[in-house]
Amino acid sequence: MLENYELSPGEKKFIGWHLVFGILALSIGSLFGPLQAFEHAGLDLYPYLQPLFKSYYQGLTLHGVLNALVFTTFFITGFLTLTVTYGLTRPLRYPKLNAVGFWMMVVGLVTTAVPLLMDEASVLYTFYPPMQAHWSFYLGLTLVVVGSWVEGWGFYYTYYAWRQENKGVRTPFISFSSLITMVMWQIATLGIAAEILTMLLPWSLGWIDGADPQLARTYFWFTGHPLVYFWLLPAYISWYGMLPKQAGGKLFSDSLARLAFWLFLLLSVPLGFHHQFVDPGVPAGWKFLHAILTYSVFLPSMLTAFTVVASLEYAGRQRGGKGLLGWIRALPWDDPSVTAQLLAAILFVFGGIGGLTNASYNVNLVIHNTAWVPGHFHLTVASAVTMSFMGISYWLIPYLTGKKLWKPKWAVIQSWIWFVGMIIFSNAMHVVGLLGAPRRTPLGLAPYIPEEWNGHLLRVGIGGAIMFVGMYLYVFIVAKTAFAKHAEPATVEIPVAEAMHDPQETPDWLDRWVPWLIGTVALILVAYGPQLIDQIANISLTSPGFKVW
Amino acid sequence: MTTKQSMHIDPYEKNWIRLSIGLLVMFAAAVAVAGFALGIQVPTSEQRVDPKTVAEVGPWANPGLRELSPGKYEAYVLAQTWQFMPREMTVPAGSEITFYITSKDVQHGFKLQDTNLNVQIVPGQVSKLTITIDEPGEYTYICTEYCGLAHAAMFGKLIVE
Ligand code: HEM
Ligand SMILES: [Cu+2]
Repeated sequence: MLENYELSPGEKKFIGWHLVFGILALSIGSLFGPLQAFEHAGLDLYPYLQPLFKSYYQGLTLHGVLNALVFTTFFITGFLTLTVTYGLTRPLRYPKLNAVGFWMMVVGLVTTAVPLLMDEASVLYTFYPPMQAHWSFYLGLTLVVVGSWVEGWGFYYTYYAWRQENKGVRTPFISFSSLITMVMWQIATLGIAAEILTMLLPWSLGWIDGADPQLARTYFWFTGHPLVYFWLLPAYISWYGMLPKQAGGKLFSDSLARLAFWLFLLLSVPLGFHHQFVDPGVPAGWKFLHAILTYSVFLPSMLTAFTVVASLEYAGRQRGGKGLLGWIRALPWDDPSVTAQLLAAILFVFGGIGGLTNASYNVNLVIHNTAWVPGHFHLTVASAVTMSFMGISYWLIPYLTGKKLWKPKWAVIQSWIWFVGMIIFSNAMHVVGLLGAPRRTPLGLAPYIPEEWNGHLLRVGIGGAIMFVGMYLYVFIVAKTAFAKHAEPATVEIPVAEAMHDPQETPDWLDRWVPWLIGTVALILVAYGPQLIDQIANISLTSPGFKVW
Repeated sequence: MTTKQSMHIDPYEKNWIRLSIGLLVMFAAAVAVAGFALGIQVPTSEQRVDPKTVAEVGPWANPGLRELSPGKYEAYVLAQTWQFMPREMTVPAGSEITFYITSKDVQHGFKLQDTNLNVQIVPGQVSKLTITIDEPGEYTYICTEYCGLAHAAMFGKLIVE
């Protein structure tokens, strides 16, 4: 049924606009990454950015907000629009509703960008009070989040309409997993919604005198951890539901893929205290509970590792790969979209191991707020996720524009460049972090740097330089493709992997929402309820705002 | 349309799941032993203070070391943009020091290099951690949370003699 389905030109355009804003944000936000890396290596280019950009921290705020919040949210809502409608083979139920959501996000982006560019909001992408940004920064972020909710509601209406038309049919996997991603996001973002609407926005407008910085952290990390699953799950949708097809194979297990997504819904939210292991205002017992829950969310990732590798192995063997590892070489490494996602998955293995370390309660004391942490999440969000999105865009942009990808060979090279740069960069960041180097710090200005850090900091700079090349080669390739005047027409088929077993055989309880939603809410109430009640009941709005940059 | 309701799991995958669960249980046991038996503890909620007055009244009005008994100290540290008070402290080797740290303005961090002491400093809260240092030397404590323009210059020194 899928083969004949084609998105309308209007839908393609709509998704395309998501990518335009997302990739534009990525290309501006990424400018600062190499500058930070060079600064660490002893080459401080910030004096030359005056008066356009005032400080390392203005740049770091732009880097975090544009890359981790804006690029991801725009790309993901666009991609999910595709996976929901194409998977269900039906158009959006209320396209205008989705358009409203999207343009809200754009207005929010502009509203956030203005204070950021004017150095009125250099509070980093975690915006911890009592550092206080201009109110428009908080308002803009709120609009981006609410806009993404509205797009999500549009997905739900579409799903509901499909369900009426297709009773008893299993929801196609790519749509099913997209809907779970969106539901998880809407539950998760209640944390920053509460933080901004009940505290930061009225406080920055002067309506209340003080903020409660500890409660704000608790709200923030209620959202902050599932945020990383909001980035990751769309990559998983591609790894489970699309990559096997691109590699010439099938999805190994439809039911375990679905189970993994339910477990992510269930377990993504109630473990945010693992970002607050060293916070003073959270009881240690609650931190320990969240540490254990964090281990449990590792399980669906292990399921994913197995299913994705098994699907790829099947593909490699179908292509004639022999022996224990020969199937790896037999995969289509000349396809830039496949290469990008395979390399993304390899880097993610290291990211996963590091993540387990971070989550390990008292082991966190060793690495908290050190360079180890950005070393870790450049393997996850900046590699597993970003490289997967790059790989997706290598077929998606030709699909949307009808133009062939500009020089696929260069696109393959692009992935390898990023991969090599990232290995150097992230290894150096991990090591120097273990030696005690703090994150969020222009180390060139720090008076306490021991000699032994310098070699590693140099490697941070070298890795960053290679990543710089990898990033802008990507931007160049997709821009060349999208804006080509005389490109060859592309005939792209959206890759949707078949499952080895008919999805209709997948048990019914893996396609039913109500029990899983009840479980999710119940677990959140157990893991967060008592602490939230306690911290809110004892709220003390004593901290006035500070502008210290 | 078939409606088979059993879930098919490959035998290899079953073993993989068992192995994963086993590993995670082991990790959980390891951090539990380290945390509760060996006492490598994370901070817990301690007490609240008013960040607007903490620099004027109470123990942080006069930050620094207090000797409780020979070899046993309390260190009251006040973080502010962009310095720690006190900037330097000296204790004999083998001392047990309990830190009580708070901030009078924005959030900061406190990491005592080459030890496991690492804590977030949140205005309105008191971060308490205890450590014993046997090895003589100069230990720097650095600010590990972005706290404004001169954050990179915020550090102090604990001298263990
Ligand atoms: C172009 C290559 C890139 C380089 C060389 C780079 C380098 C860096 C460095 C050195 C830091 C640490 C700064 C510090 O702690 O003082 C950093 C922070 C960060 N990077 Fe990147 N980065 C790059 C791309 C990306 C991408 C693609 C993403 C996400 C999609 C990303 C997300 C982040 C985030 C979220 C932070 C933390 C900001 C904060 O602490 O507030 N980076 N980056
Ligand atoms: Cu500080």
